[in-house]
Amino acid sequence: MSFNNIYEIAGSAMRSQTLRLNTVASNLANADAAASSEKEAYHALKPVFSSVYQTSQEEMQITGASVQMLGVTQSQQAIERRYEPENSLANEEGYVFYSNVNAVEEMADMMSASRSFEGSVEVMRRVNSMQQSLLRLGKG
Amino acid sequence: MAINFDKALGIHPYALQARVQRSEILASNLANVDTPGYLARDYDFKAAMADVESQFDNSGSAFVPQLSMEAQYRVPYQPALDGNTAEMGVEQSKFNNNAMDFQSSLTFLNMKIQGLQKVIDGR
Repeated sequence: MSFNNIYEIAGSAMRSQTLRLNTVASNLANADAAASSEKEAYHALKPVFSSVYQTSQEEMQITGASVQMLGVTQSQQAIERRYEPENSLANEEGYVFYSNVNAVEEMADMMSASRSFEGSVEVMRRVNSMQQSLLRLGKG
Repeated sequence: MAINFDKALGIHPYALQARVQRSEILASNLANVDTPGYLARDYDFKAAMADVESQFDNSGSAFVPQLSMEAQYRVPYQPALDGNTAEMGVEQSKFNNNAMDFQSSLTFLNMKIQGLQKVIDGR
C-alpha cells in the first residue's frame, strides 16, 4: 500500500500552485512599474509545469505522476509605451515603458491556482482519513 | 480444520489494495490538471477484480492470487487546447467515489475479521 506516493503527488501539486501564486503576486505588484526602455520594463512571469511519471519496478507501468516546475518564463507580449515627457523616467523621445501585465488574466490565473491548491489539500485530507481507518482495521 | 486466511478474507484485501492504487492515479490526475499535455489515466477496477476472482477459482490452497491493474487513458468530455485531458470536476468526483468505496471495502474486511474472531473464540 503506497500512501506515501499520494502525499508526494499532492505535495508536488501544492508546491507548483504556490509558485504560480507567487508569480501572479509579483505580476500584480509590478503591474504599474515604469521603465525608460522596453528591455528594462517589467515582463509578466509565467511558470512552466511538466509531469514526472512514476513507474512500478516490475512491469514498468505508470502508477502515478507528480508535477515538476521547469522554470519561469517571461511573457513576450507587447510592452505598453506611453508618451509622458514630464516623467523622470522618460527617454529622449519622451516615452515611458510600462509592464505587459494583464490584470484580468492574472486574477483568473490566481483563482484557478487557489482552486487547484484547495483540491490538493482535499486529496491529502481524504487519503489521511483512508490511512487512519486502515490502521483501525480489525478493531471493530 | 485449518483456517486459510487468504481464502477466509476472500477478495476484500485485493479490493482494498486496488482502491489505494486507484487513488494514487486519481491523485496524479488532480495534481496535473494545469500541466500542459498531461493525459489522464484510470484503472479498470471491474476487470482487475474479475482477474483476481478467476485466479481464486483456479488456484490450489497454497497459491496467492496477484493483483494486476493496467492504466488506461481517459476520454475527456471537453478536450483542452493544451492537450490536457484531466478535468477537475470529473477527477474530483471519481476520487471521492473511490475513497468512499475504500471505506466500504474496509467495512467488509472488518466484518470478515469479526466473524473469524467469533469462530476462534468459540462463541
